[in-house]
Amino acid sequence: MIKRRRFLKGVAAGAAVAGAELAVPALALAQGAKIKVGLMLPYTGTYAPLGVAIENGFRLALQEAGGKFGGREIEFFKVDDESEPAKATDNVNRLVNRDKVDVVLGTVHSGVAAAMIRVTRESGTLHIIPNAGVGVATGALCAPNVIRTSFSNWQSGYAMGVVMSHRKNAKSVVTITWRYAAGEEFVKGFKDGYLKGGGKIAKELWVPFPNVEFQPLLTEIAAVKPDAVYAFFAGGGAAKFLRDYAQAGLKDKIPLVGPGFLTDGVLEAVGSAAQGVETALHYADSLNTKRDKEFRLAYAKAFKLQPDVYAVQGYDSGLLLAAGLKAVNGDVSRKKELIAAMEKATVDSPRGKWRLSRAHNPIQDIYLRKVVGVENKYSGVAVKALDDDPAAMAACKMR
Amino acid sequence: MDFHTFLIQLLNGVQYGLLLFLVASGLTLVFGIMGIINVAHGSFYMIGAYLAWWLAGRFDSFWIALPAGIALTAAIGVALETFIIRHLYDRDHLYQVLLTYGLILVFEETRSLLWGDDVRGVQIPEVLSASIRLTETLSYPVYRLWISAVCLMVAGLMYWVLQKTRLGMIIRAGSFNRDMVQSLGINVQLVYRIVFAAGIALAGLAGMIAAPVSAVFPGMGNQVLIICFVVIVIGGMGSVKGAMLASLLIGLADTFGKVIHLEAGGVRLLPELSSMTVYLLMAIVLLWRPEGVFGRRP
Repeated sequence: MIKRRRFLKGVAAGAAVAGAELAVPALALAQGAKIKVGLMLPYTGTYAPLGVAIENGFRLALQEAGGKFGGREIEFFKVDDESEPAKATDNVNRLVNRDKVDVVLGTVHSGVAAAMIRVTRESGTLHIIPNAGVGVATGALCAPNVIRTSFSNWQSGYAMGVVMSHRKNAKSVVTITWRYAAGEEFVKGFKDGYLKGGGKIAKELWVPFPNVEFQPLLTEIAAVKPDAVYAFFAGGGAAKFLRDYAQAGLKDKIPLVGPGFLTDGVLEAVGSAAQGVETALHYADSLNTKRDKEFRLAYAKAFKLQPDVYAVQGYDSGLLLAAGLKAVNGDVSRKKELIAAMEKATVDSPRGKWRLSRAHNPIQDIYLRKVVGVENKYSGVAVKALDDDPAAMAACKMR
Repeated sequence: MDFHTFLIQLLNGVQYGLLLFLVASGLTLVFGIMGIINVAHGSFYMIGAYLAWWLAGRFDSFWIALPAGIALTAAIGVALETFIIRHLYDRDHLYQVLLTYGLILVFEETRSLLWGDDVRGVQIPEVLSASIRLTETLSYPVYRLWISAVCLMVAGLMYWVLQKTRLGMIIRAGSFNRDMVQSLGINVQLVYRIVFAAGIALAGLAGMIAAPVSAVFPGMGNQVLIICFVVIVIGGMGSVKGAMLASLLIGLADTFGKVIHLEAGGVRLLPELSSMTVYLLMAIVLLWRPEGVFGRRP
């Protein structure tokens, strides 16, 4: 009840602000001031490289559009969110209330992103999420002004589930992950896709977050002897899991699969232990499309760095915003039309073409990838044009 | 769980416990003898792991990296004691926590500047890279057994030095009455410096030998730190014997907490139990003996 009242208040406030701004001659706005974009991303800590990749991607999209979106220049305001949920509300308020930005871009960490949404829902500020895959962002917390350009955790979990459900030699699977929101969403997605094929989940194993002592659970897996293991860990935890799994002698006997984040960014550290591991994600190395090659070349030229999935998500955020602003001639006060244009847009992304769902999450192809050397090599489409979790969609009461 | 699996899990628990002991023993040594609470202890675990990665890359050999890394961490320990820690001996524990917490931030940032934020891996040395086949599907890496052997050796060495040597006698005396030892003409300052450097080197050593089975990543010390504090609280602050017992208990509790589930009619009771077992153990021990199993009664 309280939630709904707050939501209604938010909508009313948003409408009031929009109304007030409409009173200013739109033409003057369109040709005058710069559009203020607030970047709330991690610039320190473990996720710092992800924050930088997202900003680089966004800037590349701007650069390719001639430095202007909808005919107006962009002024950036930056806040380091430190991937710290406790500071998230203050940080986003700084952008929304002090700097009065027109658009907020953020962020990587799901907990921080959820806190941001609570603020932007109230303020009505256009909010683009360039990474955080937490389900509620385009589920129970969805809002007209909140748009995700990355993925939902459920999507890559589900896609891998569908792939495994078609495999004759994968009739029982053990899942293993950290017990926290993202881990639970990946496993739910996997089960939604996999169980339809008639296979069974032999056991669900959970590790307290962020514990990395896997040995007892690997012993458990060896005792259960499933046909495959579905695992999600990230960063250092993923690297340790992949090594432990190989050292326990399981790698050659029980195939290991997971969402893309299991093998992204850790392959150099893991070496041979990850070879052959299959994952599902909305991007892959060596996609070999013309669009992707162009992007990779341009990115490498501009930043002297190889792009990754995060750079793509930042880039796509820029493309989608550009499409919206073009439709309103750079007049951000026409928010309704701006959002409607973004909803209608098809983003010609390096990952392949995608568009927004009713709940503002990308409807996109999820790829199957296999670790070869230090690459997550593309090996096919796992699911074409995949929408989000039906349960999350049902919880999204946008209109 | 059949008997065979049970034995393997027992091995897992003991092996994890021994590694915990190696990290926690340095922490309890520094606290028990010097009265210093060093919350930056976990950082030296991380520094050890990064040194193993960096030095192994430089020298192309884990066996050269190991002694070099121990020497380096011990040297950092001496420098810290000389310039920073010695000012804390007569201060309240709160000052110690504050200052050593600051050190965590300094070490994390320095690590980020020197070696970046990427996840790194260290190769297992060739001679220890084999695996022993335990069941049809499961093998046990020889390297893990070697870790346990090293931990046992270090524990034996610590016992010998503290109980059987003149230095150990001075160290123990110093922990009871610092002023008296000093007035007998013994350089307590030097003894403290040695103890602190040894404590730091132990954490560094643990990080180094754990690096090849673990991975090397930012913040890896903080996870270890929390569990180390649980170890020394259960074992009794300052007791090396207690740290050994507590490490093994925690290793076993954590291992079996993860794989044993209470089920009733197909419904899992307390699904969060696995993350709580260690802390439940601590709560029970503290109810029974608030000063820890081998702690000194106040």
